[in-house]
Amino acid sequence: MQRTTMDLWVGLFVVMGVVALMILSLKVGNLNVYNPSHSYTISGNFENIGGLKVRAPVKSAGVVVGRVTDIQFSTQTYDAVVTMDMDSRFQFPKDTFASILTSGLLGEQYIGLAAGGDEVMLKEGDKIMKTNSAMVLEELIGRFLFNKAADDDSF
Amino acid sequence: MPKRIVSNIRNIGHRTIESVWRLGIASRFFLLVLLKSGTSFRRFNLVIRELYFTGVLSLIIIVVSGLFVGMVLGLQGYETLQKYGSESAVGTLVALSLVRELGPVVAALLFASRAGSAITAEIGLMKATEQLAAMGMMAVDPVARVVAPRFWAGVISMPLLAAIFSVMGVYGGYLVTVVFIGVDEGSYWSQMQSAVDFRIDILNGFIKSCFFGVAVTAIAVFEGYDAPPTAEGVSGATTRTVVTSSLVILGLDFILTAFMFRGVS
Amino acid sequence: MSSENLIEINGLNFSYDTRAILKGIDMTMKRGQVVAIMGGSGSGKTTLLRLIGGVMQPSSGYVKFANQVVHELDRDALFKLRRKMGMLFQFGALFTDLSVFDNVAFQMREHTNLPESMIRDLVLMKLNAVGLRGAHHLMPNELSGGMARRVALARSIALDPMLIMYDEPFTGLDPISLSVIGNLIRRLTDALGMTSIVVTHDVQESLKIVDYVYFIADGVIAAEGTPKEVRASVAPFVHQFVHGEEDGPVPFHYPAQPYRKDLNLENDLA
Repeated sequence: MQRTTMDLWVGLFVVMGVVALMILSLKVGNLNVYNPSHSYTISGNFENIGGLKVRAPVKSAGVVVGRVTDIQFSTQTYDAVVTMDMDSRFQFPKDTFASILTSGLLGEQYIGLAAGGDEVMLKEGDKIMKTNSAMVLEELIGRFLFNKAADDDSF
Repeated sequence: MPKRIVSNIRNIGHRTIESVWRLGIASRFFLLVLLKSGTSFRRFNLVIRELYFTGVLSLIIIVVSGLFVGMVLGLQGYETLQKYGSESAVGTLVALSLVRELGPVVAALLFASRAGSAITAEIGLMKATEQLAAMGMMAVDPVARVVAPRFWAGVISMPLLAAIFSVMGVYGGYLVTVVFIGVDEGSYWSQMQSAVDFRIDILNGFIKSCFFGVAVTAIAVFEGYDAPPTAEGVSGATTRTVVTSSLVILGLDFILTAFMFRGVS
Repeated sequence: MSSENLIEINGLNFSYDTRAILKGIDMTMKRGQVVAIMGGSGSGKTTLLRLIGGVMQPSSGYVKFANQVVHELDRDALFKLRRKMGMLFQFGALFTDLSVFDNVAFQMREHTNLPESMIRDLVLMKLNAVGLRGAHHLMPNELSGGMARRVALARSIALDPMLIMYDEPFTGLDPISLSVIGNLIRRLTDALGMTSIVVTHDVQESLKIVDYVYFIADGVIAAEGTPKEVRASVAPFVHQFVHGEEDGPVPFHYPAQPYRKDLNLENDLA
């Protein structure tokens, strides 16, 4: 096969394209953080999930350790069942506390995990028992006004 | 003047039937190209040659436009976001706009006018100068030898060009916001990384650009092959390639977006 | 062998939609002959070539090439048949993205597994036959019209075909190139033992080199004969054509209503 400079250029072009795809996946995206092939699934019931979305991150101490894969409404308990895919590198005790938090004032919502002290670790299919719902602005304001009124009464 | 109205209506109907007819011919031609693609893979150097003309020669316009689009996005995004004090989210804005929409769409539009028109003009001219007929008389199928390699080269180039466009855009935004304006570098990347998802954003953007690549090159080779063998015929076909593929890209983008991003974030 | 008919055309009809282009053509062409098909523009000469090459399907009748009916062949057999045919298009139809060398080598590379060194020798031989061995590295856009046609001729004899069809080989050439091409057609036909069909309206040049002439007018064979017979012919159509007279059986005027009426002169006179 004859070698031409054209082949070189085409080769260079393909390399550039592949490198661009890799930059997109690794530097722009988050492929390196989250590898779904080694994961275990846990779930938790939340009274109110606020604006939590599927694919939202699950973080512990600010590090992404998993991702929300499914959100369902349960007609038995009348609350939301949130299923999470956890990176199997990170194991959490059974009494881990899960709360729905917001990054910044207007940022996206995510699930924050605070590890408990149990000896037994969460396994595939387990349920987190201790959950804390999302802060809903209206409730927050309502509570604030209620407290204010109560304070006023005490004077 | 009822007579003129009648003739106008007749004209519209005639044109409608004509375009449906052409669509049918185009689809049949598309299948024919797919069926006769064996040669392109057995003799891949034919495709490499066309990759040079469609891919490599489109690089400059893609790189430069990507850079500038990213810079504008960074600037505009910063101006808007800083009003809410969240200018650190500018990376997210630049990356999401590029990876999901602007990368595939603008790269495809540029590709249609740079490479698509060139493909149409080349095939049309080969037809007008009887090169395709001569090939047929030499017992070489022009669809397999001329059309299919160009088609596959376009299909391969498009996603690569779109990825290059997006990356250039992300770095263009980086240049303006981080280097010139002074947004924190760490938050530019980390906010971007936590918001851009591999499957939802990058993979879907990639799939989009694959669709666009097939659509643009299919239109380009068909218009070239179908062009009347005259100077006006070829120039008309070239224009039609750019207009039709631009419309198809935008229409297809809407449909694909509706499929891919409905119900997520 | 030389007297065997390479091409037999029998009762050939062809029409576009409802417009009849060819109406009952009968022809035979022997091996080793150079046959000219002449006729005015739009008389269906090029269509006839396409029917022989199997590019179009006849409405009725048949073309037989080397004892095979062309339009009854399936795709593969037709492509196999076409390897035995060469065609020289009006302006050469060289592949503009390939050099002269690669143009001539095109068929060899597509259809044979010859090693590149042998292809090189063959290509240079073919180019030498048309006197352009020295131009093998040029691109088609660097060639003059006559040279391009010679390269195309070299390309069409690349696989030593049994038949070469020339579609208007003399159009737009200067007198020197014209006689060069004419002589090449004759010489190559004799040297390679091919058959040549020359479609042309260049009477003087073609009468010098051909063995037999068919005149086509309005889709039928108006006259035929050897060049000698044609020159001597007193048939009005042939006479008009050969001597290039303006008016005759082929009228100068397109059919129209009377001239006076078109100019509205009748009313004035009345």
